[in-house]
Amino acid sequence: MSEIRNLINITDLTVEEIDGLIATADDIAANHSAYENICAHKKLATLFFEPSTRTRLSFEAAMLELGGSVLGFSSANSSSAAKGESVSDTIRTVGCYVDIIAMRHPKEGAPIVGAQRTTVPIINAGDGGHFHPTQTLTDLLTIKRKKGRLNNMTVGLCGDLKFGRTVHSLIEAMLRYEGIKFVLISPQELAVPEYIKEKMNAAGAEWKEVETLEEAMPELDILYMTRVQKERFFNEEDYIRLKDSYILDLEKLRTAKEDLTIMHPLPRVNEISVEVDDDPRACYFFQALCGKHIRMALILFLLGIRKKA
Amino acid sequence: MNIDGVNTGIVLDHIKAGKSMQIYELLGLDKINNCVAIIQNADSEKYGKKDIIKIDQIIDLDFDVLGYVDSNITVNIVKDGRLERKHHMELPQTLKNVVKCKNPRCITSVEQGIVHTFRLVDRENKVYRCAYCDAEHRVK
Repeated sequence: MSEIRNLINITDLTVEEIDGLIATADDIAANHSAYENICAHKKLATLFFEPSTRTRLSFEAAMLELGGSVLGFSSANSSSAAKGESVSDTIRTVGCYVDIIAMRHPKEGAPIVGAQRTTVPIINAGDGGHFHPTQTLTDLLTIKRKKGRLNNMTVGLCGDLKFGRTVHSLIEAMLRYEGIKFVLISPQELAVPEYIKEKMNAAGAEWKEVETLEEAMPELDILYMTRVQKERFFNEEDYIRLKDSYILDLEKLRTAKEDLTIMHPLPRVNEISVEVDDDPRACYFFQALCGKHIRMALILFLLGIRKKA
Repeated sequence: MNIDGVNTGIVLDHIKAGKSMQIYELLGLDKINNCVAIIQNADSEKYGKKDIIKIDQIIDLDFDVLGYVDSNITVNIVKDGRLERKHHMELPQTLKNVVKCKNPRCITSVEQGIVHTFRLVDRENKVYRCAYCDAEHRVK
């Protein structure tokens, strides 16, 4: 029996495996009918202890388009977690019913506990402010489709870089490509955690921290905006003080490159003005489409299913 | 003060003065049946003062715990009155159920029966990180 693969952190996948997933996602987009029934009789559980729109629905759409079935819950309140059941017991039970599990949990490291308790593949669909590797796969696919490459570019990450799990996973992923420079744009209170800085230093990456979008804008090839997340704050006063730190509008884009790619994992609140949506450089809804294709590729990879010849 | 040498057993030497009770508890020495002697504030040429623990039995010791609490400790295994082996401790690569994560956002703060695990990321500065949430733990 082959070893069970999980996706807890983006570094659980090699660069070659990520390249393979991107190639499969592109093939799915080009040859959709070849994948229509490929996961017949397979079941995916989406266990969302924390709310989600895009991640949960894109996982479910992905599995349904592959011909599989989906079951699960969309909030902790509609599961036995509300009665106090542990993550271990929930995952151990659900693992008896399905072939693969995608889980989101507000506590950091919860998917690691899940993976210790079941023999079906676990996908981390977001663990607190820690990691969000499938968003990163989505981001990589988006960048590849827009730029045609994943190396040699300056990536600006803006907003809540402390609790922004999508930011942490994206940095870890892009550290493995040549010639990536990171510009970290945040107030000091929401700066990237030390362990991410350690990883950038260990990889010999070029990075700098700035406090305004304006000073970073001219050099960016990618601008990755994030939301200041109310749910990560213990103190509402801190949230209110920091929530409007960065708002991207057309005025701020005046000094940006013509081929800048503006990304956002969504949902947004007000950090990107709606007037930017019609700018050809805005790619965040295209990103959402990429999310379905890459999750289809990931499900196939973790289940060990290949396209029929 | 004189305490007899160990004929067959273990001598934990060069414990930093004041740390012997912590080691006694972490190693679970209160749960073994044989004689255990704790010597505090013994004279030490190397450190000025030191603690020593003598165990009148050869038992399996958790070297990771010892290395974490005090990497200067030496473990002497004595058999029939002769020193059979001497182990020098070092900070272990992984800590299991030695310290708990203090990050309130970590799954280990709520989940029962979990193995609290930390990985060494910086030996020089004695920095560990939680295997679940990456929270930092510095050895004092």
